[in-house]
Amino acid sequence: MAVPKIADSYAGSVSRVVIGATSDSGGTRTSTVTVGGATNIVYGSTEQTGEKPVIAIDVLDTAPADWPEHLVEPYKDVLDDPAAWAKKAVEEFGADIICLKFDGIHPDQGDKDADHAVKVTKAVLAAVGVPLILWGCGYDEKDNAIMPKVSEAAKGENCLIGTVTEGNYKSLAAIALADGHNLITEAPLDINIGKQVNILVSDMGFPLERIVTFQSTGALGYGIEYSYSIQERQRLATLGGDKMMAMPSISDVGSEAWRAKEAKSTDVPGWGDAADRGPAWEASTAVCLLQSGIDIIRMRHPKAIETVKNCINKLS
Amino acid sequence: MALTGLQIFKMLPKSNCKKCGKPTCLAFAMALAQKKANLDECPTVSDEARTALAEASSPPIRMVKFGTGDSQVQIGQETVMFRHDEKFYNPTVIAVNVSDSLTGDALKSRLEQINELQFERVGTHIQVNAVAVVNDSGSADSFAACVEAVSQGSSLAMILLSESADALSAATAKVAGVTPLIGYATADSAEAVAKVAKENKCPVIAAGADLETLADLTEKIKAAGVEDIVMAIQKTALKDQLHTLSEARALALKKTFRPLGYPTISLAVQGSPDEQAAEAISLLCKYSSVVVIETAEKYAVLPILTAIMNIYTDPQKPVQVEAKIYPIGEPGDDAPVLLTTNFSLTYYTVESDVEASRVPSYIMVVDTEGTSVLTAYSGDKLNEKVVGEALKKHNVADLVKHKKLVIPGYVAVMSGKVEEETGWEVIVGPRESSMLPKFLQEAV
Repeated sequence: MAVPKIADSYAGSVSRVVIGATSDSGGTRTSTVTVGGATNIVYGSTEQTGEKPVIAIDVLDTAPADWPEHLVEPYKDVLDDPAAWAKKAVEEFGADIICLKFDGIHPDQGDKDADHAVKVTKAVLAAVGVPLILWGCGYDEKDNAIMPKVSEAAKGENCLIGTVTEGNYKSLAAIALADGHNLITEAPLDINIGKQVNILVSDMGFPLERIVTFQSTGALGYGIEYSYSIQERQRLATLGGDKMMAMPSISDVGSEAWRAKEAKSTDVPGWGDAADRGPAWEASTAVCLLQSGIDIIRMRHPKAIETVKNCINKLS
Repeated sequence: MALTGLQIFKMLPKSNCKKCGKPTCLAFAMALAQKKANLDECPTVSDEARTALAEASSPPIRMVKFGTGDSQVQIGQETVMFRHDEKFYNPTVIAVNVSDSLTGDALKSRLEQINELQFERVGTHIQVNAVAVVNDSGSADSFAACVEAVSQGSSLAMILLSESADALSAATAKVAGVTPLIGYATADSAEAVAKVAKENKCPVIAAGADLETLADLTEKIKAAGVEDIVMAIQKTALKDQLHTLSEARALALKKTFRPLGYPTISLAVQGSPDEQAAEAISLLCKYSSVVVIETAEKYAVLPILTAIMNIYTDPQKPVQVEAKIYPIGEPGDDAPVLLTTNFSLTYYTVESDVEASRVPSYIMVVDTEGTSVLTAYSGDKLNEKVVGEALKKHNVADLVKHKKLVIPGYVAVMSGKVEEETGWEVIVGPRESSMLPKFLQEAV
């Protein structure tokens, strides 16, 4: 039986963002990553899904104090050494990008200074050839003091740097522009604020095609449905032609999923072995969000990463 | 396409008899168009109009039920592509497969494993809802024997899967009383399988490799007298499977293309438990009404069931927790008391951070109609009166020997009024829940 055609055509598409610069373009990366480019949602043909989603593996500037034991295990020999950590993430666990997360500069988590952050940035840049994401601690004052120095230390490497928010965007957006980086705009699970931040940085002259959005991430069981729907709405707005929403997006799956009781509790026999459960929780959060249309996924556990890579290959 | 209120009105008696409970026939027609009324409520509608309206007003995706009693499940009758447009109604049913090559103790222990796939999380019971018996043996007798044994060893709804109409006939006869979902009806076997379904009054799975084939099949099965149909889209690659599931949903909803207006069933039975969980979650996000898995590993099934719970929540209605006092750890009479709201996301964030602090505490949840701290404060749903009443209602003064209440940093502004109203000393906590561990370890 002939079936009616259901091919919708849309005015807009997700922009493509290139992260990383090789020597040809003034950087020292050995590879670059391109994300975005989707021209449809859900039932578009597979050619319309754009670039393959990529996995960014988290590397912390300072050894984490509160990671659950099953997450510490695969990294236990490198947690004190961000460069070795990054190398392991790339060579053993197949990171497409390294997300260098500066938790240690937070006043409550070490209060480290700019010298430390710059040193870590340079060490990681030297240790791996993949592009970098440089992600602050979320404490505005410290981020504003330190992230510009981090940006400068990675000048010309075309990193993805962030995050900027509605209330704190000027200094980082300006320095990212000057140093030739891409920028992450962050919003607290609120699509209107998400758009507003993009407008604010674009008013400063930051090019829209160098922005990646971070709408905040809810883990499986802990608000993932909010992230899921905002991601779908962002894609629909993009397809409808809203240029201020037409960016690729990033999710922070690793840290959010491992906060869940279901991922880290070791004493709930009715939920299965924690050594398997944690990675499964992280992978499940990621694959669920993949269906809502995300482009970069920050992840942690190698077993979860393997599951999600395998799933991405089946989807592409 | 669905009819408008005016189109429906033209077919009604126009007597304004009010017997349907609406003031006028037009009002009833409008309610019908919005699916807020049922045609049966009109006692005088003509048979002609009834047939025409039933056809036009039947849901674009049919609802199908299988199983009986408490184990009955219902699937389909979805109305939107995106959950934020309305909501997804009938949660995906997860079925675990059982091979009919299993007998005796092996079968028994497999069923025990499956029966244990039930979980309590965030105060809700979630579970695997069906068993899919697969005719791996190729023998009709083994299949029928296994199906019978499964029906005795498990109370879950049943799905019977075989390529052979004879095997389905033999097996279905054994369990017709519990209304199994049976398949597969393919282009070759459609008539024979439809006959089995009709005789046993059970729903049937139409299986085809593309939508054209499926549309033909469902029409054929319907012509044979079976209307409760579930579609299996047989694509090998996951991306094609998801794509075709989405296309079928869109055709049913946007084009009201009835031959594809049925719920769907998909398999995620290959690979490791983690791979199956990843496939199952992808499939349930993209509209598969039933997903059959092979793994019975709890660690893999729990995230699948949680994903269903999350994707099928009503986006218009904030999920709430009960407003009461929650002990975290084993708090003594010197434990801190923390205030938060009954928006589930707020509560569970606070709960997990208090747990992380390893400081035994009480969390006092007040009813703010499911809004977060700031929203509740702005809407005057979180004020000194609400706090005072909650302190009294839960007899907090008897639980602890101090009179100190930790309030969220975002509502520091209400400290004075709370102190005046309640006589409790207010300690302003951090603005972000994530800072609670440090706060609790140091400040309290």
